[in-house]
Amino acid sequence: MKLFKNELLIEYFEDKLAVVGLFVFTLLCIFALAPAIFSPQNPYDLAQLFLENSFQGPNQNFLLGTDEQGRDILSAIMYGLRVSLYVGLASTILSVIIGFSLGLISGYYGGWVDTIIMRIADIQLSFPAILIALIIMALWGAGIGKIIIAITIVNWVYYARTARGVVLSEKEKDYAQSAKALGMRNFAIIFREIMPNVTAPIIVIATVRIANAIILEATLSFLGLGVPITEPSLGSLIANGYQVLFSGYWWTSVFPGIILMVLIISINLIGDRTRDIMNPRLKR
Amino acid sequence: MSQSEVKLLEVRDVEKIFSVKVGSFEKKDLHALNKVSFDVFKGKTLSLVGESGCGKTTIGKVILGLYEATNGSVVFQDKDIAKLSPAQRGISQKDIQMIFQDPYSSLNPRKKIKTILEQPLKIHTKMKKKERLATMLSLCDDVGIDHTYLERYPHQFSGGQRQRIAIARAMILKPELILADEPISALDVSIQAQILNLMMDLKDKYKLTTLFITHDISVVKHLSDYVAVMYLGEIVEYASKDELFKNPKHPYTEMLFSTVPDIRTPLATESVLKTGEIQSPIDLPQGCFFANRCPYKVDACEQSHPELVDLGNKHLARCPRIGEF
Repeated sequence: MKLFKNELLIEYFEDKLAVVGLFVFTLLCIFALAPAIFSPQNPYDLAQLFLENSFQGPNQNFLLGTDEQGRDILSAIMYGLRVSLYVGLASTILSVIIGFSLGLISGYYGGWVDTIIMRIADIQLSFPAILIALIIMALWGAGIGKIIIAITIVNWVYYARTARGVVLSEKEKDYAQSAKALGMRNFAIIFREIMPNVTAPIIVIATVRIANAIILEATLSFLGLGVPITEPSLGSLIANGYQVLFSGYWWTSVFPGIILMVLIISINLIGDRTRDIMNPRLKR
Repeated sequence: MSQSEVKLLEVRDVEKIFSVKVGSFEKKDLHALNKVSFDVFKGKTLSLVGESGCGKTTIGKVILGLYEATNGSVVFQDKDIAKLSPAQRGISQKDIQMIFQDPYSSLNPRKKIKTILEQPLKIHTKMKKKERLATMLSLCDDVGIDHTYLERYPHQFSGGQRQRIAIARAMILKPELILADEPISALDVSIQAQILNLMMDLKDKYKLTTLFITHDISVVKHLSDYVAVMYLGEIVEYASKDELFKNPKHPYTEMLFSTVPDIRTPLATESVLKTGEIQSPIDLPQGCFFANRCPYKVDACEQSHPELVDLGNKHLARCPRIGEF
């Protein structure tokens, strides 16, 4: 297994663009993990904010400028990045767990179990994702835990569908049949025999959908339905700056926007490369 | 001869009917197996021969428990297992193992050979880790795979090696009955002989009882004691190997023999024998299933369905005109 993983890693690094993507993403993650170390100030400690610093353009003291409360935008971005990444990763992990399991069960058992799970998925896919998330957030109100659950509810469908599709072909293969003939229990066959053969496409989709989850969170926060005011994400920073954008204070909105864009692009680059090296049709 | 023959497996009137959708609403019955009966004797090899779609793999899967028989009985170790799933069969399942056709799909690509071989031991025996390893190593010697292969993954092997591993997995529990479902047809011709030889060696060494499923009648000659010829879900001829090869009675058996290329005879002289399509198992004909392809067909053939007739000397055939040949 070790050799196998190293091979994949080596292959990953053959693409320069993907390496850049990974580097940028890692850098952003480091900032997000420990914003207190890197940021010039704690933007949410009111004792550190001075109103006379409000709406300063990018300068020596405030590299990316300040907002209406004299808050350093660079520091706010680092803290906001943490919230965005946390919501993106947590909701993706949750939806992989739920979607993957439901997809495996649905594909393996077939019949009415399959029908119920897949009809729910179909119905959900026929609504725009943002609409579902909006409704859930409007009903529940803002909150980090709530937005993670809302995004999970939107995203599990993609993993379930993919997993089900692969399971349908895998369960007919002789190794699954032979496990069944040995008297293995259905759950053991699903999770020990079949699951390892379904992980590759799920990993690929997950890397791409992290970006999607982050964008969804940013959109909800921009609309004021996402994370609470006390823990702003990149989306709420953009929304906050947007109110004063046309008064000439462009930096309050543009810089968080650029960072969000860089984050999404770097994740997509990683996702593209992961898909390339894990696609069994291109490889093996 | 007859004293040494102990019945190991008794298949009686097994029917398997699949329900298939015709159009949007209508469902029809597909008769994959029609009252199939045969015995497998201890230490002997029975070959099931027939073209694709004749139900030979289906009967294998019924015996193994992957399909539930619609009717009939499969008696193994004094127990009717025809309608039991592998998990319900419990300990007797350990004594029936299968070698699958395609070694590229029968080994889980994400598992080491060691894990694959160890699995049956973990499920069906109480061996300790060391005993399991010893069992695996001695079996590796038997099937001709290197001990170092245990740490590798299936994709690192060729088809022939994989099939050896698959045979090892089937053998590891020392089963009473091995079902071999076309174990060599997915392999290169040069490898086929090796695997056949291996199976014959193992048969001698372990006194294996084998149900050998194949479409290739030339292979049958090498390793079977008895042969059952199947056509459209039923057995049309059953005899000992020597008897069948010397004296084939059923026109279909004759046709199968004529398809075997032989260096001494000119190719395909009786092309008339090979015309026609197999009948649909959904709308079975009233008379003899083979009538539409049979060169000896008379009107009577399409009137009523023939029964298996005992011709003596353990030779059975199912043909309306059997008395005339």
